[in-house]
Amino acid sequence: MNVRRLDGARRSAGAGLPAPKRVRVLKKFGLRSVALGYLLVVLLGPLSMVFWRAFGSGAGHLWDSLSDPNTVHAFKVTLIIAAIAVPLNTVFGVVCALAIVRRRFPGAGIVNAIVDLPLALSPVVVGLSLFLLYGRTGWFGHWFQAHGVQILFALPSMVIATVFISLPFVAREVVPTLREIGDEQEQAAHTLGAGAWTTFWRITLPSIRWAIIYGVVLTTARCLGEYGAVAVVSGHVEGQTETATLRVQDAYENFDVAGAYGISLVLAVMSVIVLIAMTLLKPKEETS
Amino acid sequence: MSIEIRNISKRFGDFQALDDVSVDVDGGSLTALLGPSGSGKSTLLRIVAGLEWPDSGEISLAGEDASGLTPQKRGVGFVFQHYAAFKHMTVRENIAFGLKVRKRPKDEIARRVQELLALVQLQGFGDRFPAQLSGGQRQRMALARALAPEPKVLLLDEPFGALDARVRAELRVWLRRLHEETHTTTVFVTHDQEEAMEVADNVVVMNKGRIEQVAGPRELYDAPANEFVMSFVGQASRFGAAWVRPHDLRLSPTPGDGSREAMVDRVAHLGFEVRAELVRDDGEPFAVQLTRNEAEQLELARGQIVYVRPTRETTFA
Repeated sequence: MNVRRLDGARRSAGAGLPAPKRVRVLKKFGLRSVALGYLLVVLLGPLSMVFWRAFGSGAGHLWDSLSDPNTVHAFKVTLIIAAIAVPLNTVFGVVCALAIVRRRFPGAGIVNAIVDLPLALSPVVVGLSLFLLYGRTGWFGHWFQAHGVQILFALPSMVIATVFISLPFVAREVVPTLREIGDEQEQAAHTLGAGAWTTFWRITLPSIRWAIIYGVVLTTARCLGEYGAVAVVSGHVEGQTETATLRVQDAYENFDVAGAYGISLVLAVMSVIVLIAMTLLKPKEETS
Repeated sequence: MSIEIRNISKRFGDFQALDDVSVDVDGGSLTALLGPSGSGKSTLLRIVAGLEWPDSGEISLAGEDASGLTPQKRGVGFVFQHYAAFKHMTVRENIAFGLKVRKRPKDEIARRVQELLALVQLQGFGDRFPAQLSGGQRQRMALARALAPEPKVLLLDEPFGALDARVRAELRVWLRRLHEETHTTTVFVTHDQEEAMEVADNVVVMNKGRIEQVAGPRELYDAPANEFVMSFVGQASRFGAAWVRPHDLRLSPTPGDGSREAMVDRVAHLGFEVRAELVRDDGEPFAVQLTRNEAEQLELARGQIVYVRPTRETTFA
């Protein structure tokens, strides 16, 4: 019985009917080269141009434009915004995902859809809507103005715009993971005497931590790169309400091409570092 | 410790999962909740654990009303069909969880975990992760985890349902032995009547959200309360107004007093036992259980005409 089965297996593997095999090989390499070619043309090509051009007029010039006080300030603003928006959206994303998956309440479907709204809306529209809301004649703008708080053309509106734009990423990563792990582990923890808080920290959070980290990486990348919404609400004041991405445009429009490429380079490097940090962390964890 | 279930009802939308169910489970007993899928047995177990809330009715554990208590206050151990292992924790950490949550001293936890690892025969597996265990080992780990905080009652929801037949049989015997050692009041849910009969002292038969009968395995088989229990617990077929078990039928090659004509449809040789499926003259199929000798004497074969006579019948009013 065994011998016969072995024989059969060898025959089907060894005979290696040439025609289907060639098709398979073609398919494999064909698909691969299409995927790689696409990546090369669409992603890596432009990115390497940035590297090339940034160093084009020499490292000295690059350093000069990067150490310009307004540029340094722009990076600072970008980092401050990210430092506020990322934690906010991380906490909100996890709470939101828990609400969508674990609590069956009327309107969960609507919440689920609304979370995706920033993905579908153009950032410029988001910026404009904030402008209308917080502007002098807007619903909230009036109130804030009366209390002497400057929202538009200042950091608060830029943070709000960035929070809005980068809102879905953590929730989007966590929702499917929560669905996949189910709630039996949490129920088991309850029967073992754990309260809601302990169960969240000891059982739920460790199970979704990779989804959260991945969501945080995407959120961070989105925050660093945000342009459209912030461009509308910031007022674009050099050295005050200018983020790194806005600074790129500014430099480019002032014929400081090398400077524009330099800032772009730093932004690209920051994103790449975030991605590398994630890939370095991940496999270590998965083996356990 | 005893469990008292009083007038429990539960609806899921249009579906009446439990309909005014009352039953007592004696302290220290090993009880099976047996029924087909959708009979409400798992729902009832989850209500006892506090994982599901009844629409009406009361649960008492050890004489105290537990209806308003959350699962973590009820002091029950619960074992899930799919283990619900904490995947990011080792076997040791899994078992220790209930003790850590209760903030027991470290050395006491270590001692108790060691004890439990021995009890469920997982010594040497303490530092493994659940993913590195077989299904049977995972379920034993889940059992040790449930037993660690010394629950008043142990509840198991189809505990062997996801395991293959051999491991299943092993774990049945093992659960029985474990109960003899610990004497924890244990209730397990199963749809497998053989499992219920083999493991439990007491079987609660459920159907369509109601309790059909509560009895020991032997009484359940010999004196079923109604037609549902008769046909669900063990095989049975109808002969006129009466029900007959497959081993309470005599076959003979010639017609006799009170016998009916039937045709052999299929003969299955299961070692000592031979099971034959027959079709009666009125077209009704039924099964007969014979010894190998009886089958050989009759020379049973497909298409053969035989005469059937019940030796023992059960009728219900």
